[in-house]
Amino acid sequence: MSDPLVSLRDAGRRIGERWVWRGLELDVREGDRLAVRGPSGAGKTLLLRALAGLDALDEGVLLSRGEPVRQLPAHRAAVALVGQRPALGTGTVREALREPFAFAVRDGRAYDEDAARDGLAALGRDTGLLDQSVDGLSGGEAQTVGLLRALLTEPTVLLLDEPTAGLDPERTAAVERAVAAFLDADAHRAAVWTGHDAVQIARVTDRAFEL
Amino acid sequence: MTGAVDISLGQLALALGLLLVALALSVALRLGLTRGLAVAATRMVVQLLLVGLVLEWVFSTANAAVILTLVVAMALLAGHAAVRRTSRRFAGIYADALVSVLGASFLVTGAAVVGILRVEPWYEPQYLIPLHGMLLGNALTGISLGLDRFMEGTSRGRADVEARLALGATRWEAARPLFRDAVRTGLVPITNSMAVMGIVSLPGMMTGQILAGAPPGEAVRYQILIMCMMAACVSLATLGVVGLAYRRLFTPDHRFHPDRLTDAAR
Repeated sequence: MSDPLVSLRDAGRRIGERWVWRGLELDVREGDRLAVRGPSGAGKTLLLRALAGLDALDEGVLLSRGEPVRQLPAHRAAVALVGQRPALGTGTVREALREPFAFAVRDGRAYDEDAARDGLAALGRDTGLLDQSVDGLSGGEAQTVGLLRALLTEPTVLLLDEPTAGLDPERTAAVERAVAAFLDADAHRAAVWTGHDAVQIARVTDRAFEL
Repeated sequence: MTGAVDISLGQLALALGLLLVALALSVALRLGLTRGLAVAATRMVVQLLLVGLVLEWVFSTANAAVILTLVVAMALLAGHAAVRRTSRRFAGIYADALVSVLGASFLVTGAAVVGILRVEPWYEPQYLIPLHGMLLGNALTGISLGLDRFMEGTSRGRADVEARLALGATRWEAARPLFRDAVRTGLVPITNSMAVMGIVSLPGMMTGQILAGAPPGEAVRYQILIMCMMAACVSLATLGVVGLAYRRLFTPDHRFHPDRLTDAAR
């Protein structure tokens, strides 16, 4: 069996004096569709941020394919976090989608306008959205753009923090289909979900991690 | 051409009489500034007289160590004042401002005194102190504007910075828009003042030299020199302080630490 894509070993995060979680062991493997479950305040978002290498651990270690992470930009490019309220900067939706391709870590890879159009359509949005300013987007539209931005960069692991909160049932189904298609396109890929809808989470994942 | 008319103490008292115009206006219109004006005017007079005494002494000693000490002390005060004008803090902010203002002002003053004016000896206070002092005033503005803008940007734009990092940006790629914006903000005042110089405003130093009896052509050449020095010094100081602040808030492992920013105690 190959090394897990991302792992936490004896990991702990603390806010002030309070340990949100501690002694945590987690492996995300190729093909995983993992749910992170727990009550509000259990630190689900903090766990995803730790996996993405955004926050430093207060104890323990973050591994990438069995090795301690040395280059965070490369790790973050491979392990994409899609937040609940994605920050899209300023400018148009197209510029927001294009931005990640300006980073050195994606040297040689270019933004694909056709893929962006197909992605928007698959997520149930009009392709005219590309020319809109990100300032005018509704919460649901911004969520869609945030997810699409991560999908277009083709990460190995998708960390989805309540990706369908606030979306109507049709668009929720579209997000589930788009993520499933993304995972099916490459057997090495994995996704980690959080969410408040237990039925949905059970539908899109095949294993759960309890916090 | 002779030097300026000497101002006697009596004449100085007459000049203070002009202040009554401002005070009378404040009283008549109930601006509520009477007390503030009086305090400010008193401070102005006392501070200037004291500076006059210090400078008289420094000029008479013609001692390199004394002059250097004064110049360093002025830079320290400027660095401190620059930070005081900003609305956020991080650990090491005073040190960063001091390093920037000291480095930039010494480099530029040194280049001008030794390389351009070729003053002998290099510490001749007649040149060193006024030139350095004028640089400090401008560096102070550049540092406080640039620093404040950078801290404001990282604080308000925290989500955007994190989003860029989450997408694989290096710390520099994540901070670059804020960095550029902050340095630009620091350079706006000097750019604007150069653009209108001589049209909207007659610069203070040039006016002073003309009053002291220097031919206007020579005063103008000095003014051009000082403006070039200021532009160089403000650029270096602003770039320096924003760069140092960047290194405090973005660590080499490409992590962003917005929690290191706190609001300045008011």
